[in-house]
Amino acid sequence: MANQTKTAAIVGVAESDQIGIVPEKSALMLHMEAARNAIADAGLTKDDIDGFLTAGYAGYDVAEYLGIHPTYTDSTSVGGSSFVIHIAHAVAAINAGYCEVALITHGQAGRSARSPFGRDPNLPAAQYDTPYGIVGPPINYAMAASRYMHQHGEARTRQALGEIAVSTRKWAQLNPKAMMRDPMTFDEYHNSRWIARPFHLLDCCLVTDAGAAVVVTSVERARNLAKKPVYVLGAAEHHDHSAIHQMPDLTRTPATVTGPAALKMAGVTHDDIDLTMIYDSFTYTVLVTLESLGFCGPGEGPDFIANQRTAPGGSWPLNTSGGGLSYTHPGMYGIFLIVEAVRQLRGETGDRQLDDPKLSLVNGTGGLLSSTGTIVLGVD
Amino acid sequence: MANYTLPLPNKQPESDFYWEKAKDHELWLRKCNQCNNAYFYPRNICPSCYSDDVTWIQASGKATLHAFSIVERGPTPAFRESVPYVAALVDLDEGPRMPTNLVNVEIDGAHIKIGMPLEVTFEDVTDEITLPKFKPAS
Repeated sequence: MANQTKTAAIVGVAESDQIGIVPEKSALMLHMEAARNAIADAGLTKDDIDGFLTAGYAGYDVAEYLGIHPTYTDSTSVGGSSFVIHIAHAVAAINAGYCEVALITHGQAGRSARSPFGRDPNLPAAQYDTPYGIVGPPINYAMAASRYMHQHGEARTRQALGEIAVSTRKWAQLNPKAMMRDPMTFDEYHNSRWIARPFHLLDCCLVTDAGAAVVVTSVERARNLAKKPVYVLGAAEHHDHSAIHQMPDLTRTPATVTGPAALKMAGVTHDDIDLTMIYDSFTYTVLVTLESLGFCGPGEGPDFIANQRTAPGGSWPLNTSGGGLSYTHPGMYGIFLIVEAVRQLRGETGDRQLDDPKLSLVNGTGGLLSSTGTIVLGVD
Repeated sequence: MANYTLPLPNKQPESDFYWEKAKDHELWLRKCNQCNNAYFYPRNICPSCYSDDVTWIQASGKATLHAFSIVERGPTPAFRESVPYVAALVDLDEGPRMPTNLVNVEIDGAHIKIGMPLEVTFEDVTDEITLPKFKPAS
């Protein structure tokens, strides 16, 4: 690999013991199972962990439950992009000497939690959005999609959203851990019930119970661990709004900044990427993010992904786990993108394994298209 | 009005004036005297240039539809009975974009078009709270 600075490596990844519908486990228990599994995947022990990163809770709430007493902590919480951003923060901390082995965890009982997960009612959303029923991701993302359709054509956008839903389901059929493994036809997609127009049910991600964790360490330490190191070659983060009404352009996400920046840091181009993992909270999230990352121009996404190009056997693999749409999505899904990218780069994904991929681009999106983190991962 | 069950705005010190004016069926915006930026939502410091030389202006109430969603499944139990309704982002003639509901319109794709001209209307939902909403321009 030319011109690639190997700054740190991902050495352990895992999900919780079970993902999907897991009413017998709390969110923190899902964190703990994932942490134990990822540490074991790396060939390390809990006592090796000196850096701890999580989102959605203050770090100490989770670390206490896990029995971890870190000397470096980061609770950066920008929705589903958080964990992709944590990778960059862990790399920086390791290289600055603040920690040597960083653990990133996520757990969410998105479906089965006994109490709801709320936001501060003093934030602007409680004044200006909530009273109008503008609540939750589907309605907000749907409004953004309506604007894309207006600018780039309703029929071709609708077809593109269907292509994404159908191709992602095909990948899920190859993933034993995926929640939705029945085939999906285009007719089923188009006929699924409306949630918030233009979104059908099958434009929307799942709501599951699931945890995942990732272990990052120095390149030197990574050489002597259990699995092939997956190097973090480039990383970038950005956010430009919180509420959807403050988004500068509903058809362009902060990935316009983070995509090119992460690729530049890695010293590679879009064409070098073997596997792209894009947060698919909604089919539209994929379409708008592909364009924002720069894989194609504004409005070109429907042509870029046409004819199941992103499906198994297609020329441009995307979201090979089955994504948030069909594999799992507990609420802040970003960490699961990393888990899949690492497994693909290690050659561990069974029936859905790509042919010797060397480079993966992972993009997490958080909030209401508010935040993105992009990383480029590679193996020797 | 007494039976209004949907969430009410949680007013803050910098927005009390906005909601007081809404009660009078007027839509007011913050505008910066330094950089001339009119902005939504109200903040006492201009988010563009950080000047605190900001004033209130009354908006004309004229707007165009920027984006919308016909909500078919209520996002919370409170909104389950309200569907279908139209979530909308509107561009005010003064510049800012704001979230709202589109009302007094047939809720289907044939009657709601991005770019359509709108005007503000006020819904007195309780004795204390009036929500600015938008309807097709007359």
